[in-house]
Amino acid sequence: MGERGKLGERGKNGERGKNDEMKHRRTNLEAVEPESDKPASDKPETRDSMGAPVNPPKPEARLGREVQAKIGQQLRAMYDDVVNQGVPHHIADLVRRLSDQD
Amino acid sequence: MKLDPAIRDQVLSTVPSLRAFAISLCGNIDRADDLVQETLLRALSHIDSFEPGSNMPAWLFTILRNLFRSEYRKRRREVEDADGRYAETLKSHPEQTGRVEFEEFRTALAKLPSDQREALILVGASGFSYEDAAGICGCAVGTIKSRVNRARTRLADLLAIDSVDDFGPDRPTRAVLAGGGRN
Repeated sequence: MGERGKLGERGKNGERGKNDEMKHRRTNLEAVEPESDKPASDKPETRDSMGAPVNPPKPEARLGREVQAKIGQQLRAMYDDVVNQGVPHHIADLVRRLSDQD
Repeated sequence: MKLDPAIRDQVLSTVPSLRAFAISLCGNIDRADDLVQETLLRALSHIDSFEPGSNMPAWLFTILRNLFRSEYRKRRREVEDADGRYAETLKSHPEQTGRVEFEEFRTALAKLPSDQREALILVGASGFSYEDAAGICGCAVGTIKSRVNRARTRLADLLAIDSVDDFGPDRPTRAVLAGGGRN
């Protein structure tokens, strides 16, 4: 096998599988109300029983959402720096060795 | 016993994300890779306790987190400044994008309490549901939501104060961010 740096070849062996490993991945941050500091309940408190907004978003809240979107973006970019490195060879070898044991 | 190749592939395809999570816990690539290897050893020797068809990433993340926590308890004093070192170790990775705003983001992330950072990463970067993240951390769903909210609020504060220029695309936006809403 090649050295650790050869990321491109791993996809063929199914070791890298970025698409596979990300199957469980969703973007959940957008669902959270950023201005709430207490445990979120299942029903958003910003809506009344008819589903209408009780407190219309203020400009600060909209700005908050922009900042939060940026945070989400940077968080994922940072994480993906590592994810995109794929599976290091020594770890792939370990898994293969362990799975072939009787 | 020989491992089902389908299960083996599920394990392998989780490794990149598992490493990213491990690095966020350890703040150090070498220790993170040791932790990932330990996790895989543990997982594959207890593969019978994995229910086929259930969530492999969640199962592996749970094992990794538990191993990290028990190691943390053993080596509490050594790891005590982990949050502080987190920023330093991330700064020294040559393969990572060197953009200034990323550095500032990482530094801000490192200032979060570890339980908040962990919740934010599981939900916001690893892509787990709140329910799965709660399962991984062994706490209530509401606790995860609360930690994620606190993490986001704190990050927004840190980044607005420390690097307003990175956030406001225009001057009025920056002024609002810096001045708390004054015109």
